[in-house]
Amino acid sequence: MTPTLEVRNLRTHFFTRAGVVKAVDDVSFAVERGRVLGLVGESGSGKTVTGFSIIGLVDPPGRIAGGRILFQGTDLTTLSEEAMRDLRGNRIAMIFQDPMMTLNPVLRIDTQMVETVLAHRRTTREEARRIARDALGQVGIPSPEERLHAYPHQFSGGMRQRVAIAIALLHKPDLIIADEPTTALDVTIQGQILAEAQKLCAESGTAMIWITHDLSVVAGLADDIAVMYAGRVVEQGPVDEVLDAPLHPYTLGLIGSVPSRNRRGAPLRQIPGMTPSLLNLPEGCAFRARCPRATDACAAVQPMITEHRPGRFARCIHPHLEAAEAA
Amino acid sequence: MSGTVIERVAPRTGPAAPEVPIIELRNVSRRFEKRLDVVGRLARRLGAPVREEVVHAVDRVDLAIREGEVVGLVGESGCGKSTLGRMVAGILPPSDGMVLRHGADIRSLGGAAAREAKLRTQMIFQDPYASLNPRLKVQDIVGEAPMVHGLVSRAGLPDYVDEQLRRAGLDPGFKRRYPHQFSGGQRQRIGIARALAVKPDMLVCDEAVAALDVSIQAQILNLFMKLRRELGLTYLFISHDLSVVEHLSDRVVIMYLGRVVEEAPAAEVFARANHPYTQSLLASVPRIEARRRAFTVVQGEIPSPLNPPTGCHFHPRCPHAMPRCKVEVPALKTVAPGHRSACHLNDAAA
Repeated sequence: MTPTLEVRNLRTHFFTRAGVVKAVDDVSFAVERGRVLGLVGESGSGKTVTGFSIIGLVDPPGRIAGGRILFQGTDLTTLSEEAMRDLRGNRIAMIFQDPMMTLNPVLRIDTQMVETVLAHRRTTREEARRIARDALGQVGIPSPEERLHAYPHQFSGGMRQRVAIAIALLHKPDLIIADEPTTALDVTIQGQILAEAQKLCAESGTAMIWITHDLSVVAGLADDIAVMYAGRVVEQGPVDEVLDAPLHPYTLGLIGSVPSRNRRGAPLRQIPGMTPSLLNLPEGCAFRARCPRATDACAAVQPMITEHRPGRFARCIHPHLEAAEAA
Repeated sequence: MSGTVIERVAPRTGPAAPEVPIIELRNVSRRFEKRLDVVGRLARRLGAPVREEVVHAVDRVDLAIREGEVVGLVGESGCGKSTLGRMVAGILPPSDGMVLRHGADIRSLGGAAAREAKLRTQMIFQDPYASLNPRLKVQDIVGEAPMVHGLVSRAGLPDYVDEQLRRAGLDPGFKRRYPHQFSGGQRQRIGIARALAVKPDMLVCDEAVAALDVSIQAQILNLFMKLRRELGLTYLFISHDLSVVEHLSDRVVIMYLGRVVEEAPAAEVFARANHPYTQSLLASVPRIEARRRAFTVVQGEIPSPLNPPTGCHFHPRCPHAMPRCKVEVPALKTVAPGHRSACHLNDAAA
């Protein structure tokens, strides 16, 4: 069976006056029906630009400089803007960190939702309204009929995010790209949204890419995980294997930084230094300046992403294979 | 595992330690009122039922922080944790109640003593960019306050600033730069250096690591722990992130809509949470150890602090709510040594 989405050697570069920023550089992954891929990374790692590239929202000076994005077998990078618009919001939907990216502040919720329904479906306004109301109910908004009349500012942050999710669900998309949708929300509200997301994937077979910096969220939600650093995927595999026996020193450091992975009160294991600027990245491995295992060889060549054991990929010439064997 | 375990300050509880807390809040409340505008006042005079809107951001809170202790203050948006932190730091006066510093009411202090009390508690803010003046060089941001308050002579200032920067993990060579030339983690270090420059004995950290990436967050948390060890600092650590609080704190205080609902030693809260709100908060936290779990769902939204529910504020979302919870505010009662909780269920069990 072909996966819902297959990204092959994607390169999205920004051609700025100061030079070429390789925000996404040789990224490959696949997401199958009903599965959740956690795309993890810190600020500037390229995880959001990856999401934007898939849904075709990269603005100049950025553009896709290479690679293929196969959605149900069709290469999205070759589609016309018109064909892309037909897919966007219909078969592929995106949920943003800030729901006000999705919502128009001066339009009522029903206006926005009905418009979205009619954009991709021939139906009556009454039917479109009914679909909108059901979608609001589905994401747990109480009294959806009345709430359709409200404006975005009349909702709390958590409720606004639910409305944005409801809009993403209107056409029962095959792929949802969720970009840190719970980062700005309180813990109890985040729990509610994550539960909705899980239910959705299980029930409708929607494939999902969940972009986040929070490993704990990914641990609870995702089936597979791809860790990004400086525009490249450095490690990839099933969530249990990656989190229990990481191959790449960066993944290991990231997991070590999570407070609950450390003894209470003991110093946290930290990664020294900070993420490099994507402008003029040096040759070789981008992580080597912060890496405890780095050698001269790391400066010489850019490591290739390699399958070190079945389904377990890492971009490192000194991977933690011994830890993986012990686990 | 590498690294050394921090020597914990021995718990000084019980009747054997008649020690004066570094900060004590007694029955402290803070209200914010939205005055009526002209139209509103006119409408009221004509008999319309309009009233001033009052938010009880903090509602009758008692809290004592002992010297050398790290107290974690946890709660969701709008629970009043930042307002409480500001009152502890002395930058916001309470509407009611008393704030005592080393046993003395800070309102009764005059002149120099009041200034001293204010200087000794410093605050670290969430957004290190908004809290640094973008037009000042780092050396001025860090050096201005100790200079004004006479903690250092003009001749000694450059060395003094260097020392503060080094202690916060910054290269003093960067001191002629402006805040925008630094990354988020470095900016937070500038904020820490500025706070430490006036020789405080207590830091109030308001979501100080919330805006930072995971690997940078670990660096800053380690810095806080190092400073505690070296300078014997006392912390009020305000955060919505339970895993950070669990890691750092000796004692945890949990707030919901302006009130303290539970207070206990950190290990106790995470092992035996008493209040239903604390329990649901803990159940909602994603943990890296918990794979493909079913997320438990707490019902409902956080109510508006403008119009909080009657009785126990948590009753509309509480799975154990009884008729009594709607009418009667539960008092904070001791349920185990050092462990207090405000829930009517504890009476039912007794």
